[in-house]
Amino acid sequence: MSITPPAPNTPAVIEFSKVNKWFADFHVLRDIDLSVARGERIVICGPSGSGKSTLIRCINRLEEHQTGCLKVEGVELSDDVQAIESVRRQVGMVFQQFNLFPHLTVLDNLTLAPMWVGKLPKAQAEERAMQQLRRVRIAEQAHKYPLQLSGGQQQRVAIARALCLTPKIMLFDEPTSALDPEMINEVLEVMVELASQGITMVCVTHEMGFARQVADRVIFMDEGQIVEQNTAAAFFDHPQNERTQDFLSKILAH
Amino acid sequence: MHPAVFIPIAARQPPSPALGAWPWIRRHFFDGLANSLLTLLVLALLVVALPPLLNWALVHAVVQADNAACRAAEGVGACWGVVAEKGRLILFGRYPYEEQWRPLIASALLVLLLIVSCLRRVWRPALAWAWVGVFTVFYGLMKGDLAGLTAVDTERWGGLPLTLLLSSVSLVVAFPLAILLALGRQSQLPAIRTLCVIFIEFVRGVPLISVLFMVSFILPLLMPQGAKIDVLVRVLIGMTLFTAAYLAEVIRGGLQALPKGQMEAAHSLGLGYWQIQRKIVLPQALRLVVPAIVNTFIGAFKDTSLVTIVSLYDLTGALQLALGDADWRKFFIEGQLFVAAIYFIACLAMSRYSQWLEGHLNTGTRRQ
Repeated sequence: MSITPPAPNTPAVIEFSKVNKWFADFHVLRDIDLSVARGERIVICGPSGSGKSTLIRCINRLEEHQTGCLKVEGVELSDDVQAIESVRRQVGMVFQQFNLFPHLTVLDNLTLAPMWVGKLPKAQAEERAMQQLRRVRIAEQAHKYPLQLSGGQQQRVAIARALCLTPKIMLFDEPTSALDPEMINEVLEVMVELASQGITMVCVTHEMGFARQVADRVIFMDEGQIVEQNTAAAFFDHPQNERTQDFLSKILAH
Repeated sequence: MHPAVFIPIAARQPPSPALGAWPWIRRHFFDGLANSLLTLLVLALLVVALPPLLNWALVHAVVQADNAACRAAEGVGACWGVVAEKGRLILFGRYPYEEQWRPLIASALLVLLLIVSCLRRVWRPALAWAWVGVFTVFYGLMKGDLAGLTAVDTERWGGLPLTLLLSSVSLVVAFPLAILLALGRQSQLPAIRTLCVIFIEFVRGVPLISVLFMVSFILPLLMPQGAKIDVLVRVLIGMTLFTAAYLAEVIRGGLQALPKGQMEAAHSLGLGYWQIQRKIVLPQALRLVVPAIVNTFIGAFKDTSLVTIVSLYDLTGALQLALGDADWRKFFIEGQLFVAAIYFIACLAMSRYSQWLEGHLNTGTRRQ
């Protein structure tokens, strides 16, 4: 599948400038500067504890940054609840542990936000939900409960749920790390398809094949900093920083 | 030696256990030495205890309200006549005798709504209005002074209707209050959190009797001069606050058991605070603590008997009134058994309902 890169000079939809965050005394994000253009597909990798999850969780304010400025879709993230909720309506997120609502059926998981946040009538919300379920090829499971599905199916439902609010940006926080090996591909296929449709994506993942195939830019983080970023081909073929080289040699060795 | 082709082994039935009465008895009662000895011990106890008990409770018992017959059977047979004679006094307390159809209907309405409220399909906002309606009708019927009904002061309300009113008000009102307290205790806002913590810890930290006394004496001080609050209302407020404090801690347990990811997913979808609580958090948190909630309800139901200390005659209080009659005072055990049976039936119903509800609510939340 060929993926066209976004046109140059498109305005930034996510903009970190000098963003810092601490967990108590631990300096988890250090002077992060990062700008993501509309339609750009970004993969963030790095060793565990490097701050990559924290970084993308700041984008929809699941984590608060303490200093610096972070703008998403032109809205600056601060304590303003209205601003946060307006950003969250435009940003979908997929989690490592799926985080589906176990007490609701698959269909209800998908219609909840469109009905309560988007104020859609039920019939319309269900129509949209079924459309998204077909998109992730799981429409026949609509009336089951999440825990009756396999991990791969649950993650695809989670993707469909995030898409139901027609977000402009999708965040993926290690979406395949909790999956059995034989289920990773069914989730990656859905993500590749999504990438081909022009939505802005920021993915924290160690699936380097996926990164090479879809990423416009790969970012390597270590110790709370962005160490290196480059186009996928350049990043994998000619890593510049020794930390990057070391990391890649470890995860690509086998 | 691995064959290149996969050869499936057909699925077989599990071995079936031996059928019939004797294998069943052996499996359940004589499974090993210790179990067999225990079975024999229990059988021996039954042989010793059961015949005299049945003789007393049934064979030699006096059922009619015949005081002389009761006295004759004393020590040999039970005098259920005390229930026949004093039953209405125990059930309705000092409520005027010829007006007792009013508490009967009022109680029946209350019980009916309690039963209906147990069904999941009626759990919607309209249910709250049904409760407001039934409480209003209950009050109107009992209190009278309208539509040609004679006025009956709340001080004369008593027995089962009073017990039902006290427990249903303190459960129905305490439940939403407890949810707010539990959420408040988890709130990000320091003022609300502190207020909830102080309330919960204070009310939970003193005996119900103290709360009842305090409400009885402190509440009038807070009212404008001359305004008088009915003793029943004061007791209702006291019991409700007390139950709410306990229940809030139970519910907090459920809130804390919820995985953090549920909140994060709800946040990431842009849901607001109250939407998250209503649609995601409470439905999951409450079902986790159904047994503990019902446990608190059962405790609160039995605690209503403490209102006798502020001179309200609930079921147990009315029994004491009934036993004030010197002719029947001797047969207090039978009277106590009668009242105990009423409490037991109500508590058993709550307990069984809790078990049913647990299974019923678990749809989908457990891996099948």
